[in-house]
Amino acid sequence: MSMSVAHIGTASRHILMAQSTSNTKFYRIFVFVLLMVIWVVLSGFFDVFHLSLGLISCAIVVWLSSDLLFENRHHRLNVRIKQAFGLFAYSIWMIGQIILSNIYVLRLALGSTEKLEPQIVRYKCSLNTDFQRFLLANSITLTPGTVTIKIIGDTYYVHAISDETANGLDGTMERRIKKVFADEYKTSKESPA
Amino acid sequence: MIVSVISAIFILVGIVFFAGAAIGIIRFPDFYTRTHAAGKGDTLSSLLVITGFALYQLNGFESFSEDWPILLVILKLLGVSIFILFTSPTATHALMDAGWEECSKPKIKEGRPNHLGDDSDQF
Repeated sequence: MSMSVAHIGTASRHILMAQSTSNTKFYRIFVFVLLMVIWVVLSGFFDVFHLSLGLISCAIVVWLSSDLLFENRHHRLNVRIKQAFGLFAYSIWMIGQIILSNIYVLRLALGSTEKLEPQIVRYKCSLNTDFQRFLLANSITLTPGTVTIKIIGDTYYVHAISDETANGLDGTMERRIKKVFADEYKTSKESPA
Repeated sequence: MIVSVISAIFILVGIVFFAGAAIGIIRFPDFYTRTHAAGKGDTLSSLLVITGFALYQLNGFESFSEDWPILLVILKLLGVSIFILFTSPTATHALMDAGWEECSKPKIKEGRPNHLGDDSDQF
């Protein structure tokens, strides 16, 4: 984002900066509310003393490190909320995959181990943020028969337990992740390279 | 009553998958395939068992004004399950990576690729 800012004229840069500072404020409030909800759920006390302790500590944490939770704070919050819903739908699909993968492992564990065809394959991805890569690596680990061993740059090294599961790495998951974070791809395409 | 039956089913299915993971760890041939069994079995079975616990908590729920602490317990359990959903595959990956760095040799079936072994001189 900083690279694309350098390419736009000064006038539009001012607009972008103004927008991003107001966004930063919203992100601060959002992180504060999130932390406060976690505080209330974990403490379970609703008296003034404990709530004010929570307020103070959440405020200190937000003041020190509210930029840690979201890497790119130029997106508006409604984009983030849309992504959160997409992520929720994605994790529902993921739980289905986890169930399939467990049944697969159970069958392999109880069947003959001669049937195993262990191998390590490459997979190249074109995702552009760390969180998405993390998500893809975890999804590969949770789908039947495959575990990510190493990520070097764009290349994933995946240990597959059989030919069938190695062929399953055909990019469907990557497309699903891209659909969830569609907005980030749109902005990176629109901004001048 | 019906809630306890459902939660018992969740916990039992979770235990079956735990057992499958344990059998896999014993029977699979090398470190990497064993990690497959451990990583996957653990994720789903802990999710199922914890969801079972959360459902079981609903048993004593009668009125909101008196029993709201139960909701907090359920929220905490759901928080734990979301945490496991993210950390368990990460831990599996970390184990595998550590195994590779420690030069644990993977058993590769004949004729199948070992791209990581091929490329390892490049990094």
